[in-house]
Amino acid sequence: MSLVVDITHPFGAFTLNVAFEAPGGITALFGRSGTGKTTVINAVAGVLRPAQGRITLSGEVLFDASQGVALPLHKRRLGYVFQDGRLFPHMTVRRNLMYGARFAPVDATGPGLDDVCDLLGIGGMLARYPGTLSGGEKQRVAIGRALLSHPRMLLMDEPLAALDSARKDEILPYLERLRDHTDMPILYVSHSVSEVARLATSVVVLEDGQVARSGSAEQVLSDPDMVRQIGLREAGAIVPAALIKHHDDGLSELSISGGQLLLPRVQLEPGAVTRVRILAKDVMIALARPRDVSALNILPCEILTLRGGDGPGMIVQMACGSDRLLARITRRSADALALAPGVNVHAVIKSVSIARADVGHL
Amino acid sequence: MTDWLGPQEWQAVALSIKVSLWATVISLPFGVLVAYALARGQFRGKQLLNGLVHLPLILPPVVTGYLLLLTFGRRGVIGGWLEDTLGLVLAFRWTGAVLAAAIMAFPLMVRAIRLAIEAVDPKLEQAAATLGAPRFWVFATITLPLILPGLITGAVLAFAKAMGEFGATITFVSNIPGQTQTLPSAIYTFLQVPGGEASALRLVAVSVAIAMAALLASELLARRAAKRVAGG
Repeated sequence: MSLVVDITHPFGAFTLNVAFEAPGGITALFGRSGTGKTTVINAVAGVLRPAQGRITLSGEVLFDASQGVALPLHKRRLGYVFQDGRLFPHMTVRRNLMYGARFAPVDATGPGLDDVCDLLGIGGMLARYPGTLSGGEKQRVAIGRALLSHPRMLLMDEPLAALDSARKDEILPYLERLRDHTDMPILYVSHSVSEVARLATSVVVLEDGQVARSGSAEQVLSDPDMVRQIGLREAGAIVPAALIKHHDDGLSELSISGGQLLLPRVQLEPGAVTRVRILAKDVMIALARPRDVSALNILPCEILTLRGGDGPGMIVQMACGSDRLLARITRRSADALALAPGVNVHAVIKSVSIARADVGHL
Repeated sequence: MTDWLGPQEWQAVALSIKVSLWATVISLPFGVLVAYALARGQFRGKQLLNGLVHLPLILPPVVTGYLLLLTFGRRGVIGGWLEDTLGLVLAFRWTGAVLAAAIMAFPLMVRAIRLAIEAVDPKLEQAAATLGAPRFWVFATITLPLILPGLITGAVLAFAKAMGEFGATITFVSNIPGQTQTLPSAIYTFLQVPGGEASALRLVAVSVAIAMAALLASELLARRAAKRVAGG
């Protein structure tokens, strides 16, 4: 299953002109506010009718301006999870969850009520009304409701934006499970880098209504050219990792393609696969392998590119095994170390700098 | 209880209740339809429809009654057709009183329901549609339950207005005791004859009681419905 979008629509001061393909997994539509993310997801859902273009899902035309085709909202069978939940206030959680079930075609496959309750941890609230639920609970019910309509894909418009960070952490693991346990494509609108880094399998970066960059999450997030969109503080690479074992002193050892990582205890079983986000500002560069240093993670790397900006800083992209790492250092340091593409260096990362939220849970 | 009202007085009270109930019940579906069109529809002539619905509110009731007589009278365009095809005669019958009351009460009903529909978040209806629900199902399961308090208010307002309708009714169906003499017409009649004040006063008391009861009942029902809507 894959969604193919190619649309043009007048949008405020500029014209939205977006083309991308969303395969299985989570495709993040990423960009600042006002770049047209919600317009795109609404066009896919059928809430908004683009001026030009074509949208297909697994070959079926949802919208085609030149042929005058626009499948109505209720016939698209796309589960839409809104930022504000939009639970029906006069129905119990159970009736909310089951609302779309009667409209799913008989041959549509998908989870049942019990599966969804297990997946989202909402079995205990079936008899309650939405008015009595917390924000995080409401959003989990909204996700469950979308899933139970047995959609062909999920659309999520900043489903976590209205929640505080504790509630976000409560829902993120459910979304990760969803990503890893269904093959349904998920289009996920977000302006939060940490959400994208944690969830996305591929990323489409929007800027002023245009696609600035698209590709796998690993590629896009470790692209030094994307640092401007992402923001200096949030820039960082994600690397796939497998848990080797837990140490007695509270650290967990993970293997990545370029070596080992020691991180504060990770809630995973040995052998489990996850991804780790390493922020560029947390990575130091050393020419020789440093000795007598407190940082536990020292990874041999090769410099690929250096990007300078207007300020005193630079972004260095390095190859570490088959992964990419980003480091943010000063131009002065880069000059002093004579850093250039092809130079072999060591990336130095403090274990404690990697927050628990930067490691996925499966 | 029947003792303290004379037979003519009883007739008037019973007829008024019958006429008002029918007027409310029959106009309710149309009221919902028109209110929905005005609240959510985007079509040519929306302002015209809006004006037409509100016309009875602004026109002198006698004018409305006379226009009804012209169109729904036995020689009127619609009245003649109704008699020929359905055998339904409205002029000078209680059925005509129902039509007059319904038309006079319609603006109040539509207004209350329209406000309720406008208060429903269209995003909820949109969410229902994304779950696969066709439009009528969305209306029946989302919009209708959410506007229930407004619906009740609109119906009670219309009932109360119908109970009090005088000008259009007396013009269209006259003031025939036992046939078209509603409560207000009866009060008017008793006031025209010497010694009728006592009867008139009793009917006034009945009107006040019915109006108050309707108001209280609607308040109670609307509050209950609102609580259900809020998910209590």
